[in-house]
Amino acid sequence: MDTEISADISEDELVDTYGHYLLKKLGFIAICVIVTVIVAGVAMTIGPYDIGFFECYRILFDHLMGNIGDVNKDWVICEARFPRIAAGIIAGVGLACAGAVMQSTMKNPLADPYTTGISSGASFGATIAIVSGITLINGQFSLVLNAFIFSLIPTAVIVVVSAMKRASPTTIILAGIAVMYVFNAMTTVLMLMADPNDMADVYAWQVGSLGITSKDDIPIMFVVTVIGVAIMWALSGKINVLASGDENAKTLGIDADKLRIFCLIVVSLVAAAIVSFTGIIGFVGLVCPHVARMFIGSDNKYLIPASAALGALMLIVTDLIGKTIIAPAVLQVGVITAFIGGPMLIYLLLKQKKEAW
Amino acid sequence: MEIDIKDMGFQYNEEAPVLHHIDLDLNEKGLICIIGPNGVGKSTLIKCINKLHKPTSGTVLIDGKSVNDYKLKDLAKVMGYVPASANDTFSMTVLDTILMGRHPHSKVKATREDLHIVYEVMKELNIMHLAMRNFDELSAGQHQKVAIARGLAQEPELLILDEPTSNLDIRHQIKVTELLYNLAHEGKMTVLMISHDLNVAARYADKIIVMSTPGVIYDVGHPNDVITEEMIRYVYGMNCEVVYSHDRPHIILDTAISDEEMIKLHKDEKYVDKDA
Repeated sequence: MDTEISADISEDELVDTYGHYLLKKLGFIAICVIVTVIVAGVAMTIGPYDIGFFECYRILFDHLMGNIGDVNKDWVICEARFPRIAAGIIAGVGLACAGAVMQSTMKNPLADPYTTGISSGASFGATIAIVSGITLINGQFSLVLNAFIFSLIPTAVIVVVSAMKRASPTTIILAGIAVMYVFNAMTTVLMLMADPNDMADVYAWQVGSLGITSKDDIPIMFVVTVIGVAIMWALSGKINVLASGDENAKTLGIDADKLRIFCLIVVSLVAAAIVSFTGIIGFVGLVCPHVARMFIGSDNKYLIPASAALGALMLIVTDLIGKTIIAPAVLQVGVITAFIGGPMLIYLLLKQKKEAW
Repeated sequence: MEIDIKDMGFQYNEEAPVLHHIDLDLNEKGLICIIGPNGVGKSTLIKCINKLHKPTSGTVLIDGKSVNDYKLKDLAKVMGYVPASANDTFSMTVLDTILMGRHPHSKVKATREDLHIVYEVMKELNIMHLAMRNFDELSAGQHQKVAIARGLAQEPELLILDEPTSNLDIRHQIKVTELLYNLAHEGKMTVLMISHDLNVAARYADKIIVMSTPGVIYDVGHPNDVITEEMIRYVYGMNCEVVYSHDRPHIILDTAISDEEMIKLHKDEKYVDKDA
């Protein structure tokens, strides 16, 4: 948009200009959501059983309404194809929002659950649960809770490191990478001790794949991610103030340290809920918020939903590429996101204003 | 608002005390300037007043209540702060940045009244044309004006500013200081600012707080009483002539005194680290 406005602008004109500016942001989010819906529809059509784009959505709608027509088609869409797409959408939404919130609260353009080791911690917690069966509670949420508890270790490390004076954004990421190595090593040890039947599962966790998510996992992923993202969005006004600096935040009435730690705990929970069922999908949280910022700026009220929409879109597009590029073999989604995210991380590192060390 | 500082001290660590036995009453409205050379703890003093730092000894009372007992949100409703430098890692538009000043008062969404207040301060500071520009695209001087605008949008009873005009050209320095002076004299808020420009402080301040090494208050009073050749020599180590213009003291600087002379001048200072 034209950023120069007249110095003589009236108050009403300014309010109108601001209103249009906000509307454009909403427009961007709407476009991302529409494209996601279209791509998700296209993804549902792909497979050996031929079902058209609109028919896919009709079958899904009928299924939700409890009105099942063709049983075969219903099974193909609702049992075979849609869970994978739903997992992609939920994981993309959660990871991208987590990345946006981490970047703002830590004032660190390089932060996301992957680069800070949170995903690795969660993955280790999930691996312990799968391999050894040791969980803190029984039942559906046991895997997520295990992953969450272990994701809090890298979270604590980055909170401590970022509280240290002179800790640059790069230092924090390097600390995160160190933690990531430790957890990956421990996960490897567990894998060596694992039952060979569990190896495939654990390996898939390490790479990050939407193919390992079953239909039954979706509700837990969905509930935790929706609650987490809703909390993040509800705090977006405060997160904006925190992103402008701790001193600004405190003098505007916000306890900067408490808010940051609370946000990181929510981020860890969301990351745990996703990583437990998809494995470590890297860089979604890094790339999507930055792309969203290029279009709509850094206001978290809009950045969080825009990142969510872009995250969902990115994961289903990359999964689609993974399923088709070397078909009939499937390339895991984590591999493709790494191909996109790796160069992006290097670009952001080079763009850093401050010296790394 | 009444601020009563009693025997306050602050140190970052045991070896480096910054402020020593500060006693200060700030009970009147107006424009109050804190002056003093680099490193005497001016910024630390204001950060002890607005709870960014916790004094290591003594107390800071705001309207009779210790600043430590205030919730940050309650303090933010009555006390604003404009820091010396701006963070622009993830900047937003100028309008959004100034709207942040309404945070202590506002609900979830910016109201029409919030936008009205922001409109008025942007007009006042002559930055309306920047409203939709991104904060990180601005010059250092424009950053400073936006930060001041945000402080004004907060509508506090006391606005604290850390060298608010250091990046502004002479004309804008005077215009911004006049704006702060007028706000203080219209009774809208008390303004407490750190200033390195002694002549601007001498001309506009209702009260000047002079700080000196090693973190003590040297003098407090009306500019006509505290701006003296002797004070400039002792505190800043500068020879000068003080003349009067607009009934206010005006400093014409001469030569800097030698380091040896400076040490001799301060040899009787109670808290000076003699090994330094």
